[in-house]
Amino acid sequence: MIVVLDYGMGNLDSVVRAFGKAGAVVKVSSDPADITAASGIVLPGVGAYAEAMRNLRGRGLVELLNHRVLDGQVPVLGICLGFQLMTSHGEEGDAEGLGWLGGTTRRFRFAADSGVKIPHMGWNDLQREAESPIFEGIDPRACFYFAHSYHVTDPVPEAALTTSVYGDTFISSASLNGHIFGTQFHPEKSYENGIRLLANFARRTAHE
Amino acid sequence: MLAKRIIPCLDVADGRVVKGVKFLGLRDAGDPVEIAKRYDEERADELVFLDIRASTDNRDTMLDVVRRTAEQVFMPLCVGGGIRTIEDIRKMLNAGADKVSVNTPAIENPEFITRAAGRFGAQCIVVAIDAKKRPPEEGGGYYVKSHGGRDGGRATELEPVEWAIEAERRGAGEILLTCMDCDGTKDGYDIELTRKIADSVSIPVIASGGAGNLDHLRAALQEGGADAALAASIFHFQETTIREAKEYLAAHGVPVRF
Repeated sequence: MIVVLDYGMGNLDSVVRAFGKAGAVVKVSSDPADITAASGIVLPGVGAYAEAMRNLRGRGLVELLNHRVLDGQVPVLGICLGFQLMTSHGEEGDAEGLGWLGGTTRRFRFAADSGVKIPHMGWNDLQREAESPIFEGIDPRACFYFAHSYHVTDPVPEAALTTSVYGDTFISSASLNGHIFGTQFHPEKSYENGIRLLANFARRTAHE
Repeated sequence: MLAKRIIPCLDVADGRVVKGVKFLGLRDAGDPVEIAKRYDEERADELVFLDIRASTDNRDTMLDVVRRTAEQVFMPLCVGGGIRTIEDIRKMLNAGADKVSVNTPAIENPEFITRAAGRFGAQCIVVAIDAKKRPPEEGGGYYVKSHGGRDGGRATELEPVEWAIEAERRGAGEILLTCMDCDGTKDGYDIELTRKIADSVSIPVIASGGAGNLDHLRAALQEGGADAALAASIFHFQETTIREAKEYLAAHGVPVRF
């Protein structure tokens, strides 16, 4: 069973519905027993980094997540803020992150006269930096939906899975050790390509 | 490369789409969910529901529309009209909306933008600006209207460019600019005002009001500098499809997503 982690940060229903469309049964929970039993964990989330980490700590989930992901190697998918929490540090609110990917989550910074808007909002394509099972069967030209002002920087070098171009080149998805996955875009809002990605992740959890 | 967005807008009252939609082959052309599914098939980039009645007792009906739509389509949804409190926003997002657009409550209390963006993230909070031209004999320029401009609305002291800058400073993630004088005319967007606002803020701007043909969309995105173009009737009556619109835009050098 895949657990979609409920830690008080936003719209879980979209993620649940999209997994349903992908043919996977998921359970929304913050119950340690569910997380302990999970075959896969999804970290969704929109909102502020520091608040998200406070919520995880407040629910006593950080140690359990570390244990399940780092020791148990359970497949985990972070989406948007959930992906960013996998870095070691969040600039917003100067908060310590989960640290699985290393690096820092920083705000986009563009020259005032560049005309590049923040948030990065809308559909953008991805450049594949490495092969990954979660992109299996997805057209390399496919666009995904982004809505964010912060992005992951300087993770461990082998983690970058795709990059995207917005003002500058940034890491739009990452994976580490074959079981930690993160996407800056929202697969649950990205039509059939996003559904395919979620199905690929779900299949990954079935293999564990 | 980030694609420019094409966004169909549905006016909803009491859970039904108004201002007529004439899609061929729809069982129920007044059902927002049916129409959303059609736009999903056409690969719209986003969908906006505007609750034009927006009365308090209408809230649950709109929540139900959003919930049923979000079960069927997997693209971003924005809901506007009648959103007055943080709790209204929370309910809308929980029902499946990705963004809400706010107008009157932001004008009456700009701090509302800050609180909403602080709570839900800037990317959820769209500030809708209804701009109206002031007659030359009264000094020209533009002013902002509150209270749902489509039915007339109320004049305010605000100037649209200054208000857009203020909204950004307060934490808005996007500006939805409707030119009241163009809305419904099908004569094209107000390119000048769109450009002025797009150049004055560093958040995305959605142009709205006046789309009558494909070149109007192109002009809003190129000359107007908008990041997205919102349109209603040209899509609702199948004068053109989203796909045709995107093909036209791509042929004219506008980055779009197919």
